[in-house]
Amino acid sequence: MDLQNILFYAFAVLTLGCGVLVVANPFSRNPVTSAMFLVLTIISMAGLFVLLHAFFLAAVQILVYAGAVIVLFLFVIMLLDLKAESMRRIKIYGVLAGIVAVGAILAIFLKSLGATMFNTDPHPAMEGGTHELGMMLFKNYVLPFEVVSVLLLVAMIGVILLSKKNLE
Amino acid sequence: MQIGLEQYLTVSFLLFALGLFGVIMRRNLLVIYMSLELMLNAANLALVAFSRFNNKLDGQVLVFFIITVAAAEVSVGLALIVALYRRRQSAHVEDLTSLKF
Repeated sequence: MDLQNILFYAFAVLTLGCGVLVVANPFSRNPVTSAMFLVLTIISMAGLFVLLHAFFLAAVQILVYAGAVIVLFLFVIMLLDLKAESMRRIKIYGVLAGIVAVGAILAIFLKSLGATMFNTDPHPAMEGGTHELGMMLFKNYVLPFEVVSVLLLVAMIGVILLSKKNLE
Repeated sequence: MQIGLEQYLTVSFLLFALGLFGVIMRRNLLVIYMSLELMLNAANLALVAFSRFNNKLDGQVLVFFIITVAAAEVSVGLALIVALYRRRQSAHVEDLTSLKF
């Protein structure tokens, strides 16, 4: 077992374990705890990206998600001054329906994964550094890139409008 | 054993199922939103894995766009939650029943 496999399993376990703690933390219902474990999930996922040679995306993942998005989440949590979610009585039918729905989707996924014969490269040589990705982004994907910038502008205007005190 | 596409996809699927479970089960709007982020991240992981094992960079460009759109989505969604909280003083899904028949 070489180092890469060990790292893969470590990051995978870390990602899934912290993901469980985001969704269903047995010790705390506090949204801040969930946000902190979301940071850990995202960082370990950036590790998985590095193992897949997607170096630029790993950096962007940490900058954008662990930096900007989580800070935004924490800002809103502090702003709203949320009380920890009290343990409301659990509706047994709701839990049952949820587990069935999630289990069904997971079963479909894993079954299709088992039934597919992947015709993949056993020794992939692709590198996802800034140079390659930049070439791709500004040659083949210029138009989507510009559209995304317009989308960000629209989101910005929308947020400013939404958070105005009284909309007239 | 060599780590291949299947292992990465399995992690991605499990993470997606986890996010879906959170969206269905949790009652706090902000935690539901975090679970949505988990689902987006699972999709990103699958795309990067496909891109790596097919020797094509297009998947990574798509992930780049997804991250951008997710950031925009988070900002708009959180602004909506704040606006909602101003009116209702609650971020619980069970308290938002105006549209319930």
